Amino acid sequence: MRGYAGKFLEIDLSSRAIKEKKVPDSVLRDYIGGRGLATRILWDILGSTWESVDPLSSENMLLVLTGPLTGYFPGTKICVSGKSPQSNGVIGSTVAGEFGIDLKCAGYDGLIIRGKAEQPCYLFICDNHVEIKEASPIWGKKARETVRFLVKESLKEIKDIRPGYGEVIEPSFLYIGPSGENKARIAAVTSKYAHAAGYGGYGAVMGAKNLKALVAKGFGPLPDVYDKERTLDLVQEFLVKNFERERFRRWGTGAGGYYFGAETSSEPIRNWQEEWHQEQSYKGEEFDKYWVKKNWGDFGCPTTCLKVSVLKDGTYEGAICDNPDYELESYLGTNLGIFTPEKNIYLSYVSNELGSCGIQSGAVLGFAAELYQKGILTREDLDGIALEWGDVEAFAALAERIATRQGIGDILSEGIYRAAVKISEMKGLDVLKYAIHEKGVAIGAHGIRSGRDYVTTNPIAYACSVQAGDHTSGADLPIGHRHSELFSIMGDSAVYCFFAAMALDNRDIFNFYEAVTGWELTEEEWYQEKALRILQLQRAMLLLGGPDITWKPNLDDELPPRFWEPLPSGPDKGRSLDRTAFEKSKLEYFNAAGWNENGVPKPETLRNLGLEDVEVKLREASLIS
Amino acid sequence: MLVPGIEIPHLCFQCEDYPCVEACPEGALSVIHQTGAVKVDVETCTACGLCITACPGKVPHLHPDGSSIVICDLCDGEPQCVKACLEGRWNALTLLPREKSISYKMLAATPKELTRKVANHILGEKTTKEVLG
Ligand code: SF4
Ligand code: SF4
Ligand code: SF4
Repeated sequence: MRGYAGKFLEIDLSSRAIKEKKVPDSVLRDYIGGRGLATRILWDILGSTWESVDPLSSENMLLVLTGPLTGYFPGTKICVSGKSPQSNGVIGSTVAGEFGIDLKCAGYDGLIIRGKAEQPCYLFICDNHVEIKEASPIWGKKARETVRFLVKESLKEIKDIRPGYGEVIEPSFLYIGPSGENKARIAAVTSKYAHAAGYGGYGAVMGAKNLKALVAKGFGPLPDVYDKERTLDLVQEFLVKNFERERFRRWGTGAGGYYFGAETSSEPIRNWQEEWHQEQSYKGEEFDKYWVKKNWGDFGCPTTCLKVSVLKDGTYEGAICDNPDYELESYLGTNLGIFTPEKNIYLSYVSNELGSCGIQSGAVLGFAAELYQKGILTREDLDGIALEWGDVEAFAALAERIATRQGIGDILSEGIYRAAVKISEMKGLDVLKYAIHEKGVAIGAHGIRSGRDYVTTNPIAYACSVQAGDHTSGADLPIGHRHSELFSIMGDSAVYCFFAAMALDNRDIFNFYEAVTGWELTEEEWYQEKALRILQLQRAMLLLGGPDITWKPNLDDELPPRFWEPLPSGPDKGRSLDRTAFEKSKLEYFNAAGWNENGVPKPETLRNLGLEDVEVKLREASLIS
Repeated sequence: MLVPGIEIPHLCFQCEDYPCVEACPEGALSVIHQTGAVKVDVETCTACGLCITACPGKVPHLHPDGSSIVICDLCDGEPQCVKACLEGRWNALTLLPREKSISYKMLAATPKELTRKVANHILGEKTTKEVLG
């Protein structure tokens, strides 16, 4: 086995038992790591009782997994998973940062965390020294203070473990803010200051386990690769190819706040009431003025898509955040009627401090503001906050209430869909039509209606994705190609940064996988068998869902109502989606995936992939008759 | 990562008076004449750590297996880090000739000192205070 450390850590927070666990080669060859392996582990352990597992109970699991490419590929991530409190299915949520590298250098491919700690705790790993430590001093604390505490405490601890070592580089961290502690379904798992695994809501899963943070420090080298020379040659090649994408290095995704509005009419504006704008104040150059660091990358990454923004004067002096990237520029900017970098940076800072996912919280804030605009939610309903578009202080105040579940925040912290259901009941009218989500997950900031956004060239992108609103895992046809979900499964399972792979061919990735692991894997084998198997499992668990919500196959594979309205402004004004074409694509996709006309995996598909137990389960649940 | 965006390589500056070499009781450290770099004789080194204490920047550190000290030896005058940095097109590291007029010892600092200095400069004092406490 090459490219893997060869063992996982299984931690039961209830009994405080810590065990090493091996996963057979055959399973790793089929499920690789990250998202694929998480899906398999979740199915094996929770599959038989899936519908009754509450994602926010001690029964749920938190998986933090690397993949064989983590650490070697120049662009590094870690994959966080479990039963999602947003979709009730499985989402493989990746976040950049060095945690995966530290973990592998410490000797582990991943963490399988179960149970619930009695007291707030954090997990500390330094090579084979693994400890569950007390987190009471930082419970309730925001990002900066949490990181400061963790740096101090863990450096002290490492000095004890390695006396006389000299100066030690700080370990890597994954942690939650107040939002996760309060089990807000919009909570992210954060790395560094503002890198977030937001899709899925796994910050709330950590909170439900009383788990504030994970700390890893590995002194060892990365595990050996199968063919070192070839791996190094490929890295060299990638460095050159990536350099040719100078635009991405220069701007990251930070030029998107203007581009996706003005050029492709696909940016969320005031809760998606519009998707076009031409605000010059929101151009990349305007953000650039606040960047104190223009090229910042995660370890070994030549793409350096990251920037650091700081507000050095004015009302919000002291605010700092990475980028903001495009998703935050839109969801915590245009979607709330904010069109100045300064306010957007401030709100991103607030959201990071609270540990809320920028997409999920920006979506629910925009939703609330539209209800306020329409007079459905009053100032009284909003605890005295006048939620006017563009009022950054009002949004910051509400974001704080959401993360701490105060007043109206308690409802909104449930995420956009569940909040819409509650408010509909409360007000006795249907506000679900203003909730822009896909199966409980607020969708990425890439609209569908103009048909011009590169993420959503096919209108079924969100409707048919097993990760619902996740814009990094959209469905597309043909099912086995670069922009299809099956390729995203490769990225999330081998666990590398897909931003850093944008300049590469598909083949490059499979070559790299072979050079690192020494295991042959053809694209055909991946698309027709292995990725397809992972897709079936994710689809099955998404449809089984529960306990609070179960999505109806086909009926819920639908777009938010607003996306069926014509675009109201800009060069694409009047453009709308074609229902017949959408239904046709959807059916074609179901077919290609081996699903029946309702989108349920067919018995023969499951049998061909050796998933007979999934068939049995789907029959029990009356999904297959 | 103490401060986002400020990860600074923490390396030996080759002090003119080599306090580390002076401090070593075993004579395990010597100066490579050609490059001015410090050379560690791993056989002789007992891993006592006195050189770490003597260094103004706390640059030397133990090898993870604990057997001897590690100090940058400038790769015999062809530093691989500079090569890698150029290959990756980050262009942050450059090889410069040693100037007699500069006091290199003044530059040696601990990672914390370096970070705070750079952070104050690029983030401003208020943010740095908030981030570093
Ligand atoms: S492309 Fe960006 S997010 Fe990805 S590893 Fe590089 S710097 Fe990090
Ligand atoms: S650790 Fe080694 S090199 Fe440093 S002072 Fe001790 S013996 Fe000399
Ligand atoms: S910086 Fe430290 S290791 Fe380098 S020469 Fe000076 S004392 Fe020795």
